Amino acid sequence: MLKIKNLHANVEGKEILKGINLEIKAGEVHAIMGPNGSGKSTLASVIAGKEEYEQTEGEIILENEEISELEADERARKGVFLSFQYPVEIPGVSVTNFIKTAINETRKAQGLEEMPAKDMLKKIKEKSELLEIKRGFLSRSLNEGFSGGEKKRNEIFQMAMLEPKFAMLDETDSGLDIDALRIVSNGVNKLKTKDNAVMVITHYQRLLNYIVPDFVHVLMDGKIVKSGGKELAHKLEEHGYDWIKEEMKMA
Amino acid sequence: MNELRFMDLKDKLISSFYAYEDHLQVTDQVHDVKVQAIKDFETLGFPKKKEEAWKYTSLNKLLKQDYNLFAQVEDALDYKEVKKYFIHEIDTYTIVFVDGVYASQLSSTTHDKIDACLMSSAMEKDKYADLLEKYFNKIAPKSGLNALNTAFARQGAFINIPKNTVADKPIQIINFSTGKENNLMIQPRNLIVVGENAQVEIIERHQSLTENPVFTNSVTEIFVDKRGMLDFYKIQNDTHHASLIDNTFIKQMAETHCSVHTFSLGGALTRNNLEFYQKGEHSNSILKGVTLIEGKQHVDHNTLVHHTQPNCESHQDYKGIYDEKSVGVFNGKVLVEKIAQKINAYQSNNNILAHDDATINSKPQLEIFADDVACSHGCTIGQLDEEALFYLKSRGIPAKEARALLTYAFANNVLESVKIGAIKKRINKLIANKLNVNLGFDL
Repeated sequence: MLKIKNLHANVEGKEILKGINLEIKAGEVHAIMGPNGSGKSTLASVIAGKEEYEQTEGEIILENEEISELEADERARKGVFLSFQYPVEIPGVSVTNFIKTAINETRKAQGLEEMPAKDMLKKIKEKSELLEIKRGFLSRSLNEGFSGGEKKRNEIFQMAMLEPKFAMLDETDSGLDIDALRIVSNGVNKLKTKDNAVMVITHYQRLLNYIVPDFVHVLMDGKIVKSGGKELAHKLEEHGYDWIKEEMKMA
Repeated sequence: MNELRFMDLKDKLISSFYAYEDHLQVTDQVHDVKVQAIKDFETLGFPKKKEEAWKYTSLNKLLKQDYNLFAQVEDALDYKEVKKYFIHEIDTYTIVFVDGVYASQLSSTTHDKIDACLMSSAMEKDKYADLLEKYFNKIAPKSGLNALNTAFARQGAFINIPKNTVADKPIQIINFSTGKENNLMIQPRNLIVVGENAQVEIIERHQSLTENPVFTNSVTEIFVDKRGMLDFYKIQNDTHHASLIDNTFIKQMAETHCSVHTFSLGGALTRNNLEFYQKGEHSNSILKGVTLIEGKQHVDHNTLVHHTQPNCESHQDYKGIYDEKSVGVFNGKVLVEKIAQKINAYQSNNNILAHDDATINSKPQLEIFADDVACSHGCTIGQLDEEALFYLKSRGIPAKEARALLTYAFANNVLESVKIGAIKKRINKLIANKLNVNLGFDL
């Protein structure tokens, strides 16, 4: 699904990603963990195509296609999705208007007609029920005045509507109470198929109890320094990151 | 040199007035008003750049041209060709002028319960003499441009909504210019009288049908009696060769509610002089505007809200998006007299510069002589939010559409207060066309 080879990236002239290699196959869930400032969010933003983040080296290959040169919207239309850690408030654009525009622009780019209003409504109804989103919520301005939990639920609602091949969840668990965490995780799990893949960025093991990863990677100072199964997340929860630093010194 | 050329146009206008004075078909009373007006124009002349209110808008280029003052060719337009400029989706009265001349075949006027007809006929008829005596040229303050219009104005809309009457449908005033006369100068003059506890909605549009230059100096006087309601929508989406000075003056009595929405989406030079005079307690004035221009277009909103009575409100909300080398001006004045306590006056002017070469001059002016008032103003100038653009793009929305959506969202709260759905839809469409996107917006 997604192959990342020797990825380097700068933010404001400073190198943040220092050679990342990662392969995520269809049907897999990967978790990226690591201390603050290790480059987790940068990795997600670079894959999504954020312009301010300059990719200086390496390749990002989505289903055999190198996408490094593509604009963010082109990547999105090819199936890349990023659930933002801090979704932007956009007053004046309703959730419904936004998602309809996103879906229809994607269809247009694929040479398809706009989705018939009836089908759109049906899909919105189905996916909003999955995330226990109330009707009134959908006519509100995008993220404006949303609580932390509402913002995250809205992100996963968009993911459900857009059905991406490769979804990145950037600290989707932050700001969520236990009920919201359950709803959001349940939504992600229901959307998971053998044909798509998910990359979960998190600080805490907590989310991984709900969205169970096949692989866990530890990112430190712009590099993946350790990879393992889900038990690695437990160990990090218990012991922190210092033991990895020690291991690295020994090596 | 420039001064001399101004003189040329000014002199030409003055001598033309005396040449056609004998052909005026108006009551003696109106005749006197016009003669006085041309004398005032002679004294006051055109506004100069050194005047504070004209600091950022120069008429020099416009005044260097030679204008035809009277259309020679009367042209019958085919409704099918101009239908798109009407808000035709809803039933309305229409008062239409072509090159300054009334176009009866495009109009649908009335004298049934309300008057929606012509200024010229109101000026000729004795039954309107009282109204004209009371309001014609009484609301507009003395200025060179107003005087010029008063002297020359022959045509325009006359709207009279009697006491306790709600106009059964909106009234559209449309001024077309055909370009058959090159460099035509038009001076429409509207008078609107909204009686006690009466209501009306008005839509106004100036539209050139060719690329030939046209210069319109329009004056609209509006009187709204106690508990009256007026909603006025101005659609300014003209060609790059059409210039408009719109002078609109509204006198409000107690417990009135008046709103003016101005959509400035195109024109060479557009200047809106919009003034509200509150003359009774518990009145409310609403001024809203969206400006979206590009190229070398210039739009200037010069507003005044004069609070002379206590317990009143005014709300001003102007949004501007300026691309390429366009220039915007917002000069919003709120004047609160000493007696006008408990006023709530709010003013906001937010701008987006979509291009490095675009300019906005924003100048809020609050002059407050009362001590127990709530007055606030805010002005912002910025760019479209890059984070928001990335957010939209990350969902598959292409850059152009993402910009359009954010631009639209930025202007949206001005549109929210538009009460006529067909207007809202039309403006949405005009904005989408301007931004060259095929987005519905209206969800």
